[in-house]
Amino acid sequence: MADTSSIDIDYVANLARLDLTEDEKKKFSVQLGEVLKYFERINEVDVTDVEPMAHAFPVYNVWDEDKAEEGFTVEEALKNAPARRDDQIVVPKVVE
Amino acid sequence: MSDLFYKTAAELSSLLIKGEVSSCDLTQAVIDRTQAVEPKVKAFLSYDEEDALKQAKISDERIARGESRGLLEGIPVGIKDIIAVNGEQLSCASKILEKFNSPYDATSAINLKNAGAVLWGRLNMDEFAMGSSTENSAYQVTSNPWDLERIPGGSSGGSAASVAAGEAILAIGSDTGGSIRQPASLCGVVGLKPTYGLISRYGLVAYASSLDQIGPFARSVEDVAILLQAIASHDRLDSTSIKTEIPDYRAALEQADRPWKLGVPSEYFSDGLDKEVGAAIENAIKFFESNGCEIVNVSLPHTDLAVPVYYIIATAEASSNLARYDGIRYSHRSDKAVDSIDLYFKSRAEGFGEEVKRRIILGTYVLSSGYYDAYYLKAQKVRTLIRQDFMKSFEKVDALLTPTSPTVAFKIGERSEDPLAMYLSDIYTISVNLAGLPGISVPCGFNSDKMPIGLQIIGKPYCEADILAMAHKFERSHEFYREHPKL
Amino acid sequence: MEYEAVIGLEVHVQLNTESKMFTRVAYNYAAPPNSLTNPVVMGLPGTLPVMNKGAIEKTIIVGLMFNCEIAEISKWDRKNYFYPDMPKNYQISQYDQPLCIGGEVEIELPGSSRNIMGIHRNVKLTRIHLEEDTGKSTHHALDSTLDFNRSGAPLIEIVSEPDMYNAEEAFAYLTALRTNLMYVDVSDCDMEKGQLRCDVNISVREAGATELGAKVELKNLNTISGVRNGIEFEIERQVKALKNNEKILQETRLWNAERGLTASMRSKEEAHDYRYFTDPDLMPVKIEKETIERLRSHLPELSFDKQRRFLADYDLPFTITSVICPDKPLSDFFEAAVALYDKPKPIANLIANDLLRELSAAGTEGTLPLNECKIGPKHIASLARMVDEGLISKQIAQDVFIDIFSTGDEPEKVVEEKGLKQSSNTAELEDMCREIIDDNPKPVEEFKAGKENAINALKGQVMKATCGKANPKIVDEILRKLMTQ
Ligand SMILES: [Mg+2]
Ligand SMILES: [Zn+2]
Repeated sequence: MADTSSIDIDYVANLARLDLTEDEKKKFSVQLGEVLKYFERINEVDVTDVEPMAHAFPVYNVWDEDKAEEGFTVEEALKNAPARRDDQIVVPKVVE
Repeated sequence: MSDLFYKTAAELSSLLIKGEVSSCDLTQAVIDRTQAVEPKVKAFLSYDEEDALKQAKISDERIARGESRGLLEGIPVGIKDIIAVNGEQLSCASKILEKFNSPYDATSAINLKNAGAVLWGRLNMDEFAMGSSTENSAYQVTSNPWDLERIPGGSSGGSAASVAAGEAILAIGSDTGGSIRQPASLCGVVGLKPTYGLISRYGLVAYASSLDQIGPFARSVEDVAILLQAIASHDRLDSTSIKTEIPDYRAALEQADRPWKLGVPSEYFSDGLDKEVGAAIENAIKFFESNGCEIVNVSLPHTDLAVPVYYIIATAEASSNLARYDGIRYSHRSDKAVDSIDLYFKSRAEGFGEEVKRRIILGTYVLSSGYYDAYYLKAQKVRTLIRQDFMKSFEKVDALLTPTSPTVAFKIGERSEDPLAMYLSDIYTISVNLAGLPGISVPCGFNSDKMPIGLQIIGKPYCEADILAMAHKFERSHEFYREHPKL
Repeated sequence: MEYEAVIGLEVHVQLNTESKMFTRVAYNYAAPPNSLTNPVVMGLPGTLPVMNKGAIEKTIIVGLMFNCEIAEISKWDRKNYFYPDMPKNYQISQYDQPLCIGGEVEIELPGSSRNIMGIHRNVKLTRIHLEEDTGKSTHHALDSTLDFNRSGAPLIEIVSEPDMYNAEEAFAYLTALRTNLMYVDVSDCDMEKGQLRCDVNISVREAGATELGAKVELKNLNTISGVRNGIEFEIERQVKALKNNEKILQETRLWNAERGLTASMRSKEEAHDYRYFTDPDLMPVKIEKETIERLRSHLPELSFDKQRRFLADYDLPFTITSVICPDKPLSDFFEAAVALYDKPKPIANLIANDLLRELSAAGTEGTLPLNECKIGPKHIASLARMVDEGLISKQIAQDVFIDIFSTGDEPEKVVEEKGLKQSSNTAELEDMCREIIDDNPKPVEEFKAGKENAINALKGQVMKATCGKANPKIVDEILRKLMTQ
């Protein structure tokens, strides 16, 4: 089972920026392995010439004219900020 | 008038207009009821009696001036804690938004305010709407008012339970894969998931953007129609909001006696369906047949692919939608981080619950390099097939009749360690989201344990008025909607 | 062994729209931190994007200008990666269906000297797509601070084919891009303000080889000269390495302008797995043929086309066209003046010399923009006409120019009021010339002895005595007449 439908959990957790405990990794691997195995049934259907569906009811050109409107005050913008200084949000040193 | 809280909005509205009841009386009755039963039901994450009474007073003043804003004026409406209301918490039942206070209003919240409703409390849910039992709330487990040992369904479990328990006259929730209809069914109330795009998603915290819709809960179909009327609107802040003429839903209930053609999809009556639930649905079908409707057997051949397609698409979108909870601008920030990258890993690990983590991992995986075509793209194609199934059947029938949930409410904790079993409990509702269709769940009986059973009616796009009329006709011919749980 | 470099550029250009790409709040460069946001910009839970039609049209204009194919259908994708100044931790961009496909940019390589036109050629484009900008991080000793004003500003990404072969070409390409983008007024292209940002892909291979070498991505090229210097350094570095039989690593390197070298970013260089997928919050874009034709009909003549026309129709010297033509407002100014008075050369000279000099002197931050200056084409045309008609000398004209530039007065008025009209009264002038001939026997003798230049000294004296108002042509005639009598 794990061969055909196993998740490289470390790789994926890194992409998702999510620390997982060893227990979580083990548990998720088994559970999601089962889920993926169940998912395999979508391979039984032929989708040649079938368009993928990204929207329930696609329409074109839902847009606004380029006109600026009132936005947030600085206070509103930073209302929920965990840390701020000089009207900016403070974060631990950003590493490139 | 001790049972004001169990009256319908339609009834209350005429009492309010006649001046027989004030919104303050009504709101106080709802507050008292909530304080009495909330220790058992635990439907609310928070509520603010003072604020509710303040709104009620304003409603009373408007009514006194003859400036009532309509049928919702002065009626307490509970709000799922996933819909933004300016100045209120917006936690999505997650630790990661524990301290978040919304600086803006959802369009649906503005619509409710404009309709004169009293916005009442923040209702519990599965964290970020991920779940079918409300057990995934980071804060509390909500009980089914019909049996406190059982789940209320989910993810809008708080909305369904509050309405069933008389802690709110009406409530709004959101439905991504059944999150309105399934808890409505399990709690014995009416819940409607509108056509995708009918109600603005602006201010609805996204779980799966291409599937999410806000919708109403009530104890009668008429009340659902009234609430739907208030929140449905085209919104330029939501690019997926549809420009369509919005009919008078309440007036449309009067067309209930049309000789509808109703389809019964064979795939929805297979192995997993509980016998008692199946029997209740069969009875409902017979009711329509004996009341002038034509029953047609139809097939939705790709039904068994709906669960994988749904979980691939929903988790993929969710993995991206939930990336913004990173500890930087407004969400929970870990105090253990050494640099900005570490801050992400730790804040998200501390802030998200287990099911959310599981779905983020799954969704990230199905989009990742090497798997995108096999999972995500494939699922989008099968989604097209699922939708085509429905469209083909709608060439023959006006609506489809199905069970809402394969079983009645299960026991708290029963499925929480088995994600796949939990995912399969959405089997009758998720296809409707995949196809973007409207669906309503209306009470159609009880099982031998006196647990409610719901009938799902699935309509054509934008044909909410039709399924409301059908549900209304069924409801008014039965007594289920008059029954309330004993609390 | 001979080596050759192959270079491709990815240029991000901020569009000068009024509102942001996916929400209607304003963007400008100088606003106080976090004063240009709203729920959408901050990526608050529940917010949704709505596209900006103006930004889409500006992108199409750029595509038409560069002969791109404008996609009938294009769509929006999410590019997923985490960065503190990107509020949603995905960027809305265009992955597999961009607005503009293919295309080319005409560039001019340096000529053999300043007054000779260089070789022109077209650099091929891969695509142009539209996306949203990030906010800005400022790094301090112990932490970083975030300003989200820029977040969500519309950006176009212009991706060239690997179709350039040295730093000069890349420089010429960037110059041509800048000129043209400013021509159609879609961006101010100020690199210092980050309105134009450039990443470069460089690989070096054996001359004549068909396969590309390992690709190095060069970043942090914040000025046009930085682009040239960075590329030059990087090519040399790679050639040297190859000659020493070292392997070139596929990596990202940063240009360090102070030290004049490139250095590896040396980050964990994690696999870029952006998990692109169609943004479910945005509907696709469909561009009708009528829209394309409407936008095309408003496209201006491009800089190089204008230059070729100015050379042919107005017979202007190359150097002057290369000053005027890259600047559209200046070119329009020139043509408006010529329309009033059909003497292109003196008008071009007044513009290229006097006007540009005064504009540059008048500006507080760089050059004063043409539309803020007080004089118009009419002033230049009048001035040129007055010189031509002998009413004032060229020298007086310069003084008048400085005067009208600062006051905005009509030149006729200044000449009249200040009594600057050239004197053509022959009798008066003859008397004066006679006097000067008498007072200056030496140059007179020299002139008579055949030294033609000697007359200039006498002319100078006359002009000085008349405060420059004498018509030099008439003075010349009188002096010659008197000295040969
Ligand atoms: Mg790029
Ligand atoms: Zn880009």
